[in-house]
Amino acid sequence: MRNISTFSKGGVHPADRKELTCTKEIVRLPTPKHIIIPFSQHLGVPANPIVKKGDIVAAGDKIGEAAGFISADIHTPAAGTVSEIKEIFLPNGMYTKAAVIAVDETGSLELTEKRDWKTMDPHQIVAEVKDLGIVGMGGATFPANVKFSVPKGKKAEYVVINGVECEPYLTSDHRIMLEKGLEVLEGALIIAKMVGAPKVYIGIENNKKDAMEHLESLITAHHLPIEIQPLRLKYPQGDEKQLLKAVIGKEVPSGALPIDIGAVVSNVGTAQALYQAIVYRKPLIERVVTVTGDAIRDPGNFLVTIGTPIQDLIDACGGFREQPEKMVAGGPMMGFAFYDLQTPVMKGTSGVLALTSKESRKEVTTACISCGRCVAACPMGLQPTRLYKNISVGNYTESLGLGLLDCKECGCCAYVCPAKLPLVQGMRLGKNMSRKMKK
Amino acid sequence: MILNILYAFLTVSILGGALGIGLAYASKKLAVKKDERVEAVEEALPGANCGACGYAGCAAYAEAIVNEEADMTLCAPGGPDTAAKVAAIMGVEAQGGNAKKMVARVHCYGNEETTTKAFAYEGLQDCNAAYAMFKGDNGCKYGCLALGSCIAVCPVNAITKREDGRIYVDKDVCISCRKCVTVCPTGVMKMIPYDAEYYIACNSKDKGGAVKKVCSVGCIGCKICEKKFPDAGFTVKDFLSEIDYTIAAQGQDGAAAACPVDCIRVTD
Repeated sequence: MRNISTFSKGGVHPADRKELTCTKEIVRLPTPKHIIIPFSQHLGVPANPIVKKGDIVAAGDKIGEAAGFISADIHTPAAGTVSEIKEIFLPNGMYTKAAVIAVDETGSLELTEKRDWKTMDPHQIVAEVKDLGIVGMGGATFPANVKFSVPKGKKAEYVVINGVECEPYLTSDHRIMLEKGLEVLEGALIIAKMVGAPKVYIGIENNKKDAMEHLESLITAHHLPIEIQPLRLKYPQGDEKQLLKAVIGKEVPSGALPIDIGAVVSNVGTAQALYQAIVYRKPLIERVVTVTGDAIRDPGNFLVTIGTPIQDLIDACGGFREQPEKMVAGGPMMGFAFYDLQTPVMKGTSGVLALTSKESRKEVTTACISCGRCVAACPMGLQPTRLYKNISVGNYTESLGLGLLDCKECGCCAYVCPAKLPLVQGMRLGKNMSRKMKK
Repeated sequence: MILNILYAFLTVSILGGALGIGLAYASKKLAVKKDERVEAVEEALPGANCGACGYAGCAAYAEAIVNEEADMTLCAPGGPDTAAKVAAIMGVEAQGGNAKKMVARVHCYGNEETTTKAFAYEGLQDCNAAYAMFKGDNGCKYGCLALGSCIAVCPVNAITKREDGRIYVDKDVCISCRKCVTVCPTGVMKMIPYDAEYYIACNSKDKGGAVKKVCSVGCIGCKICEKKFPDAGFTVKDFLSEIDYTIAAQGQDGAAAACPVDCIRVTD
């Protein structure tokens, strides 16, 4: 195990509240009668539906085809009939097409015999990753095959597996490392094989010592060429740029990708899904979701079929203890508030939070007092206050010049702002409007 | 002593003289020919710098007209009068001079009393920011969000939010620059002729039942206006009535009275 480290610039320390679920074992939830599969579960262009109303689908069938370079295939997790193709809202507020599938028990997903990935060709693995619809499961849902195809002229030296889970409340990655540790480690090695990187690190924050020890013992027992990098607690360490700074000590330049400094970053959830995809030819049809928050009666971690309405997850936790003030998909820092419990679980839904009024205090926004706390907290070295002032008067071009596109909406600025300005929402508005202006 | 003063005096005079000659020469040799028409056209334009023509401001538009890059009828605030003046300066005949003056209007009569809320929105008081989250907090996803992004962009302060929560455009102040139409995320702000008597106070393309669920003053696409008053210029498309302002309509009063949800409203 290496010496403990962290990234240098900015960052905050929110209360992590992981004690609610970090000891709860992952429970498999049965697939409900109706599942809703959105065609946009990834970053980039939504997939094109290739089924229509009335079609009969088998478990694992492809129902949506990638519609561009940055796009991903969509599979149905269960057999049944497509009862409707309709437009729905996703937790992030997007409006997109989705297939509603009436599930029947005619057959479960057929997996192949356990295959030996070590004998497979790297190009073949990348092709299968695309074919099986694997995307990054940390939340950004970047299509994995794009990330793992190293562009010509570039060379991958490091694979950094992200076991940081710096978002408060969430424990899905923590539980995956504890319960599926070997699959995560083998998944990491599959990634290393795909990109041809000699070094593999797993970055884990200090509040998950049990996971660190567990993985360390697995690494020693199986003689795996993987090193564990313990990290000091600091948000947003799980962002790839901060993680790389903390683990390999290099900074990703503005506008560049990790591969430009010879690194490939992947979440532990992705590594585990990738292991199952390559070894058993299993498409990405389920994921681990943490359901937590003080409004939940019995919080826990669940292995959920993608497309399951969030209502079913709440029911599995015994319902609400009290009426939640706010529902959030994802973590409290970067997640999205949503209002409809019929919203389905997607490839990127790492958690569902039901927050009480005490947990999500309603704050009154006052004027900016130019204290500069947001500037100190910004891990990207931006000046959120200046960006926000420009955006709120419609100076989008000016804000682009101030590095708006480097903002990744981690929420550190809004977290520390004493005036409670909706800074992140402002950044998002600025990005949307400047995109609109370009058109 | 005297000599020192003399030296200084001479040095400065020679230097001044030489620079003066240099400047005089440069002003003749390097003179930029300025078309007087640019100034004249700029003078004729309203000077609101609203940007409706698509140029950075009146000066930029004037230059584009003189360079014959732009059509001279693009100035919406100026209307036909300005177009005629500009044409006179440019020495051509005015074209498109009889276009009707258009004004902006919110095609929605919903407010907190009539329309349901899907969720409690807290955050940036900006329509586009709210629209990025589930198309806004209204139950109806086509209606006015009333957070006032149009008020912020209006160059002449023609738009106000009334006490009942509705956004109102003063048609006598509006200079038809369309900035509010561009900024509005739902598309509920539309242009209608200045002298229009009625407008459709709804923008919802949902089916009648869906509209009823979320709004008591939304167009349900019943087609009474279209079928019972065929000469009044109403057509229902996508469950939403539209007025054809290009025809001389008759019987609009009757249609307005017959509308079961009162969404054919008098312009005020």
